[in-house]
Amino acid sequence: MIAYLIRRLLYAVPILIGVNLLTFALFFVVNTPDDMARMQLGVKRVTAEAIEQWKRQHGYDKPLLVNMQAAGSEKLTDTIFWHKSASMFLLDFGFSDDGRSISGEISTRMGPSLAIALPTFVAGLVIYVSFALLMTLFRATALDMAGVALCVVLMSVSGLFYIIGGQFIVSKLWHLVPISGYGEGGFKFVALPVLIGVLSGIGSSSRWYRAIFLEETGRDYVRTARAKGLSELRVLFRHVLKNAMIPILTGVVVVIPQLFMGSLLTESFFGIPGLGSYTIDAINSQDFSVVRAMVFLGSLLYIAGLILTDISYTMVDPRVRLQ
Amino acid sequence: MKYLVSFILLTLLAACDGGQWNNPYPAEDAGRAILYSVFTERPKHLDPAQAYSENEYAILASVYAPPLQYHYLKRPYQLVPLSASAMPQIAYQDARHAPLPEDAAVDKIAYSVYEIHIKPGQRYQPHPAFARDAKGRLEYDHLRPSQLHDIHAPGDFAHSGTRVVTAADYVNQIKRLAHPQLHTPIYSVMSEYIVGLKDYAAALQQALHKNPDHFLDLDAYPLSGVEVVDDTTYRITIRGKYPQFAYWLAMPFFAPMPPEAVRFYEQPGMKELNLTLDWWPVGSGPYFLSENDPNRRMVLSRNPYYDSERYPEQGEAGDAAAGLLADARAPLPLTDRVVFTLEKETIPYWNKFLQGYYDASGISSDSFDQAVQVSVSGQSSVSDEMREQGITLSTSVATSTMYTGFNWLDPVVGGNSQRARKLRQAISIAVDFEEFVSIFANGRGISAQSPIPPGIFGYREGEAGINPVVYDWIGGQAVRKSVDHAKRLLAEAGYPGGIDEKTRQPLVINLDTTANGVGNKSRLDWLRKQFAKINVQLVVRSTDYNRFQDKIRRGDTQMFYFGWNADYPDPENFLFLLHGAQAKVAKGGENAANYSNPDYDRLFDQMKNMENSPARQAIIDKMLEIVRNDSPWLWGYHPKNYVLQHAWLHNVKPNVMANNQIKYWRVGAAPRDRLRALWNKPALWPIWSGLGVLMLFFVWMWRVLRQREQRRAS
Repeated sequence: MIAYLIRRLLYAVPILIGVNLLTFALFFVVNTPDDMARMQLGVKRVTAEAIEQWKRQHGYDKPLLVNMQAAGSEKLTDTIFWHKSASMFLLDFGFSDDGRSISGEISTRMGPSLAIALPTFVAGLVIYVSFALLMTLFRATALDMAGVALCVVLMSVSGLFYIIGGQFIVSKLWHLVPISGYGEGGFKFVALPVLIGVLSGIGSSSRWYRAIFLEETGRDYVRTARAKGLSELRVLFRHVLKNAMIPILTGVVVVIPQLFMGSLLTESFFGIPGLGSYTIDAINSQDFSVVRAMVFLGSLLYIAGLILTDISYTMVDPRVRLQ
Repeated sequence: MKYLVSFILLTLLAACDGGQWNNPYPAEDAGRAILYSVFTERPKHLDPAQAYSENEYAILASVYAPPLQYHYLKRPYQLVPLSASAMPQIAYQDARHAPLPEDAAVDKIAYSVYEIHIKPGQRYQPHPAFARDAKGRLEYDHLRPSQLHDIHAPGDFAHSGTRVVTAADYVNQIKRLAHPQLHTPIYSVMSEYIVGLKDYAAALQQALHKNPDHFLDLDAYPLSGVEVVDDTTYRITIRGKYPQFAYWLAMPFFAPMPPEAVRFYEQPGMKELNLTLDWWPVGSGPYFLSENDPNRRMVLSRNPYYDSERYPEQGEAGDAAAGLLADARAPLPLTDRVVFTLEKETIPYWNKFLQGYYDASGISSDSFDQAVQVSVSGQSSVSDEMREQGITLSTSVATSTMYTGFNWLDPVVGGNSQRARKLRQAISIAVDFEEFVSIFANGRGISAQSPIPPGIFGYREGEAGINPVVYDWIGGQAVRKSVDHAKRLLAEAGYPGGIDEKTRQPLVINLDTTANGVGNKSRLDWLRKQFAKINVQLVVRSTDYNRFQDKIRRGDTQMFYFGWNADYPDPENFLFLLHGAQAKVAKGGENAANYSNPDYDRLFDQMKNMENSPARQAIIDKMLEIVRNDSPWLWGYHPKNYVLQHAWLHNVKPNVMANNQIKYWRVGAAPRDRLRALWNKPALWPIWSGLGVLMLFFVWMWRVLRQREQRRAS
């Protein structure tokens, strides 16, 4: 397994270089260093000298990918791409183009993002699986049909509607929690975003899990368990749930590291100071330093999620070996 | 599970005390004189040498105390001393620095010397940069990395101090305007006026080039145009006569900056902790920034050493009756803290205002009908629902203008020919900005008659102030000329019925804009219809911000949508937008239309350095006549600000030039707490009902399952 993990980690290096190169190319197709300088310096009374000075100060006065003026290895290393990318492989994200420490910003924002994402993830998983098991338990009955219909309705509604509707009913009409905000006494601030996060995912997730469980309930081992006289609850929880773990883990474990990254919509509407909007804000303000750092981090977390998923397979299914 | 149930029950029981569950603020804030406001975008800069945006000034203007400020109550806008003890004394000199009389001709004045006396005894906010040890040495000017452990904000240092503001601090800040790494937005303007600033910047640039990582000691380099006379007096020498310079002295660019604060933040390890002057300002104003989490909230706390200012005793007529002088001579600021919360979305912002958790609010288009009713005569007032809550409305016309420019360099719509002029005039008549304001701004704006908005010297009310190219004065009001008149002008321009006489092709005009997407479709469709009224086809070329700016710089547009927000309340700050020397393509200036008219330029040069007077008004009238006739812009409209405030917020008077109004505002904490409690009683029945339904469902399910198992067993 160790060899497998090392191999996967080594695979990650070219993937990260590729992602980095792609991000770099896409960013600079749309924005030039001059545009970035103008964005940072504002639109009023900006002189050409100020733009040149800004570029020099932030290292954007060099060639993008290849420096034909330089000699030897500096042809590649004395470029914007090298200067902005190399340090990231040491997890040194440096400073944003407006001078703030990116690592500091990430560590500050990560907590609030997790405060919403983690309970939403855990509570959501428990509720979605329970609801799916309930529908499986009552399969082909009116309750199952009603559950599926409810799921279709819930998954047809836009996420924004849940947020605005939730804020209107729970906060504005019933005055139960603050409409938005984050701070001391965290429970009252996270309750509504978590509730809405869970509610908005019930439709699609529960239907997906129901389909998995129904597939399992038709297998021979389930028939055998029932023939042995096990109760339906026991069959479901002891056997079906356990054997359905592989497809569940495939979708679940991979997102665990990504929980750090937060949610743009939820955090914007609820005033949660998380990472959700950090990348979007950076794109809007043409802050390449932040964009490349966040894309890099996202890729890294995604790769970590995939590796964790593979490891989790070995835990739930003894037949799986990582070689 | 039992812990979860206990927690829910305890929470519910705790709520039975009648408290507000939806209160986003800590309970200990109740009854305190705290002002609650919002910010919608995190400030980019808080260094007074760099900040230039409205959202940055909302914070900075209360932290820093420049020499001058705008009188809070008097109109038209009037400069008064803030940290200066009196208005600057201005002495004029000729080219050999010999004194000239006050009424000397402008062309004889080679230099103006501003002598500024500051109020003695003003002190900075408490800050670790001023902390001194028992021997009187600065305590934190040689920090070791170990001393930065667990430090996240200046308030985390064990000690802080203060000191008296000196004239040298003002000079230090003026020197910072030339610092090559600060990219001061007004450097290009100031270097034209402040004697020696250009050379000073060059010297700093050279020093920086030699030692890029070395701390630049500004005192080591002389700046000839700025001089410290004594502890409370300094002089600034500027080239020629530039009366608008006084307005710049009311901006944080010219506030005092203690050198030890700059050095404090320049120490190794500080930047990595986001401890910079650009993030933690050090000022001598009424407040200091005590909490800075721009992703959540920013808090201003009263500067305990600020005792140099009192609420104004005089205002304009009607201010006393409106209760605006009730706090006359009260020491400022009138609130202890100001909490700015980040609200990116308008819906939560609006609802929290209605619940009493924000003291004042703007009005988004979505909420306009709920908040405001407009009478037949066009008067706006709060709706009955708002009135019942005691909410009042203040309106003011912004000192800004939103216009659509014609590119003077374009062969079709640009240039000084009679053909192009008549084409521009025809389009100016056809595009009905009264309708635009009514449809897209809920009536919050007034049609512009020229670049100069109301409240700025040079703006004329009534018939004398209308643009005769577009409007007629009928029945005591400006009435837009008819579409038929526009069509006649179009025909005279060589496009009868919108067809080019020479090519027999329909006239097609391109508009460049950054507006795109569904949200802007209705506006762009409306604009196309306006052009269609005179049979001209409008092609909207939506593009991203970078490409748009690039097109403007290269003059690669026909028409474009733009806006301008005044730096200071002087007509020069609007009329320069059409000055030939400011042409965007040729000079890289702010004249995005590249308009050029030698007569206008000559009058501008004559007008720009004059004091406000009938003679200046006469020149402005001539200039406006020229540009109205040339029509290089569709003059567009001047937006109106609508602000709602709760009854417990006092002393609110719109002042679009001053950014430091919050120090005048007073909050009635007791009535606010009472009304909040009344408006925000939690409804518990949904929780009990929900729990009941869930319990019934589980009981039912349990029974069904048991019956099924029993059936299977039997």
